[in-house]
Amino acid sequence: MSKNIILCGVGGQGTILASKLISGAAMNKGMAVKSAETIGMAQRGGSVFSHLRLGEGADCPMIASGCADIIIGFEPGETVRLLPYLKKEGQVIVSTRPVMPVTAALAGSDYNGSEMLDYIRKKVKRVIAIDTERVCRELGSTKIVNLLLLGAAVKSGALGLDEEDIRKVILDRIPPKFHELNFKALEYAKNI
Amino acid sequence: MHQEFLMGNEAIAMGAIAAGVNLVAGYPGTPSTEVLETVAKHRPQDTYVEWSINEKTAMEVGAGAAYAGARVMVTMKQVGLNVATDPLMSLEYIGVKGGMVVLVADDPGPISSQTEQDTRHFSRFSKLPCFDPSTVQEAYDMIQDAFEYSEKYKTPVFLRSTTRVSHGYASIQVKDEAEYNKNLPEGFIKDTKRWVIFPRLSYQAHINIEARNVALSQEFSSYDKNRILYADSNRFPKKGIATGGFNYTYVSEALKALGEVKLLKVSTPHPFPEALALSFLTGLDEVICIEELDPVIERELIYIAGKYQLPVKIYGKLTMDVKNSGENTLDSVMENLTKFLGVNPPETSALTEADKAEMPELPVRPPVLCAGCPHRASFYAVKQAMKGKKTLFAGDIGCYTMGNAMPLDMVDTCLCMGAGLGIAQGIDHIEPDTSCFAFVGDSTFFAAAIPGVINAVYNQANMTLVVLDNSTTAMTGHQPHPGTGQTMMGDVVNKISIEKILKGIGLAFVETVNPLDHNKSVETVKRAAALPGVKAIIFKSPCIAIVKSDKCLSVDHDKCINCRKCIREIGCPALVLRDERVVIDDSLCTGCGLCSQICPVQAIGGEQHE
Ligand code: SF4
Ligand code: SF4
Repeated sequence: MSKNIILCGVGGQGTILASKLISGAAMNKGMAVKSAETIGMAQRGGSVFSHLRLGEGADCPMIASGCADIIIGFEPGETVRLLPYLKKEGQVIVSTRPVMPVTAALAGSDYNGSEMLDYIRKKVKRVIAIDTERVCRELGSTKIVNLLLLGAAVKSGALGLDEEDIRKVILDRIPPKFHELNFKALEYAKNI
Repeated sequence: MHQEFLMGNEAIAMGAIAAGVNLVAGYPGTPSTEVLETVAKHRPQDTYVEWSINEKTAMEVGAGAAYAGARVMVTMKQVGLNVATDPLMSLEYIGVKGGMVVLVADDPGPISSQTEQDTRHFSRFSKLPCFDPSTVQEAYDMIQDAFEYSEKYKTPVFLRSTTRVSHGYASIQVKDEAEYNKNLPEGFIKDTKRWVIFPRLSYQAHINIEARNVALSQEFSSYDKNRILYADSNRFPKKGIATGGFNYTYVSEALKALGEVKLLKVSTPHPFPEALALSFLTGLDEVICIEELDPVIERELIYIAGKYQLPVKIYGKLTMDVKNSGENTLDSVMENLTKFLGVNPPETSALTEADKAEMPELPVRPPVLCAGCPHRASFYAVKQAMKGKKTLFAGDIGCYTMGNAMPLDMVDTCLCMGAGLGIAQGIDHIEPDTSCFAFVGDSTFFAAAIPGVINAVYNQANMTLVVLDNSTTAMTGHQPHPGTGQTMMGDVVNKISIEKILKGIGLAFVETVNPLDHNKSVETVKRAAALPGVKAIIFKSPCIAIVKSDKCLSVDHDKCINCRKCIREIGCPALVLRDERVVIDDSLCTGCGLCSQICPVQAIGGEQHE
């Protein structure tokens, strides 16, 4: 089995940690992993991405247009930006919370991501949109966006990993004091 | 052997350790930085690692150690190589005793650099051999090969990487510790005929270098990383593709969809494996070269085709069949190859062309200074103090280059490391009525700015130096430097004081101020600017990415008059509009307090903890 996964968002949102969890989970299962991500200047509030390729046979860590099995978007606009990478019948997981760019605040624009979400819903059949802002408030932490999106990705079946794989990698890679919170987020995502 | 999941730069570092590297020196620069950091983290006890103050010094420290028989790696990004050119060009003639690999990471795009220069070209210019890995595994293997070749031919060699190799991750096969090579340096042996460069010695060395490179070209033709693949392709028997470095993976990926085509993979762009390339070209009618930055492989193939009078057409950047600037992508390479082969690209995207045309306008996200960054406060203080005056704000290389963004708009020039000082002086000499400022970060100050300050004082310039001291090398991920009092060996040493250096040079005005104290900062800038000669202000406040803050301010909407001065003046990413009102994003705000000092009605306050 091979899977092409794209994570995207704005620098500082935690796409890199999510990508590390997926690659860790895949490695635990003995799968070959290749990945590429944005590092450097763009991390400061710019658009960032991670490409992940699970399974044998990939020479290149990058994914071509129309070849992603799943896009996990931490921000609506950034998800639209990378939508050309999605293959036909591909899955989109998206957080509905917009991140307003400084340029938009300066211009007095009221960018709120809704136009972006409409476009995604219109063009893609398999979409799970999560109001992460509301769920974070409900669960009392802003640090679980990662796990909410990952949980939804697992549930969609497009990730090629199951809940047990993710639980195991959380135990491996995340400090114990956050385990309970992360498991709670994962559990919550299952019922969305 | 066992499997590990490594970043390309980590693989290079672990490969160097496996090769028994004794000393590593370098200067941080994206995309090369993690190489040295990884060696420092995993170094065997007797391996010495340092962040040198700049690339020239790193190269010289490396040369000395290699003279003594140590295995040495020197690391930098492509523009750093420009700084190290002086010692390297002479070292080419002198040579080394222990293996010496110069790791240079190129940045096609460019993604985080000033130039799109190509180290493969530099290797031709300096006549030094160059290894160009395609994958993380190859990077691990080839750094070890590079040490062997370097020692065998007693010359420094390049390992050239590019962003996508350096920052790509893969699960690869690495050696167990028991398999590591151990190198015990013999020590420096005095021999003036060998180690002291003189015109006569250089003449003789030049003859040897030319002969060596002919021999190396032969040897590289049978090097296992240089290969002809799919030689018996019968779908396109008269066509061929030449590539090298990371672009090999783009091509191999595209060929999975398009079918096999005879392929030349070049892993040693210099000396070029001529015999291998000749056998590749023979019998072909058309060849396309897929490479990034300069048309290095393309020119070599044109030369070989001419030399042996082969009737083959070579396409690439020179013929405009491959774009001649910027980064290639899987999609651009697929387009190049389908056009060259006369076939249709596969249609797999969820979006049709019509769908793409309907896409809403996407948010534009230029990189900006972080919320709470003290540089924002420093720039804003100078801007306020100099309002209405004729000014020049020369910027430099670092996070603070982003002070150019609206609404700060405080970077009028930016050229290369340390150049802002010289530029400010040059403009001052031509336009004496302009108040000239040069902004420089603390790491850049040590790396490249001190000669510029001395020059300004000696040559009687009028200018104000603004040192933005956040006690780290922030842009490249927080490396220590002489002002931080830490070394890569984990030692705590005396901090070198920027203030004392400036006073020692003889500046009349040197003052240190906290930029987050807005009124005091403005007042200090006004006093400095009014004086003649060379003045310096050190804005000292730590990078918020190191000193994590748990403070957060908020807007009191009963007081706020919605004038939006806070957003308009400083552009902090934590200040956002929601339902037509200014709110502070609590996931970003660090409570730096700059906005609260700007708000005309004191509507911003509080110190909520999360
Ligand atoms: S206090 Fe104001 S300027 Fe400072 S980080 Fe928070 S919102 Fe930005
Ligand atoms: S400057 Fe003060 S009053 Fe004006 S919008 Fe900002 S918080 Fe409100």
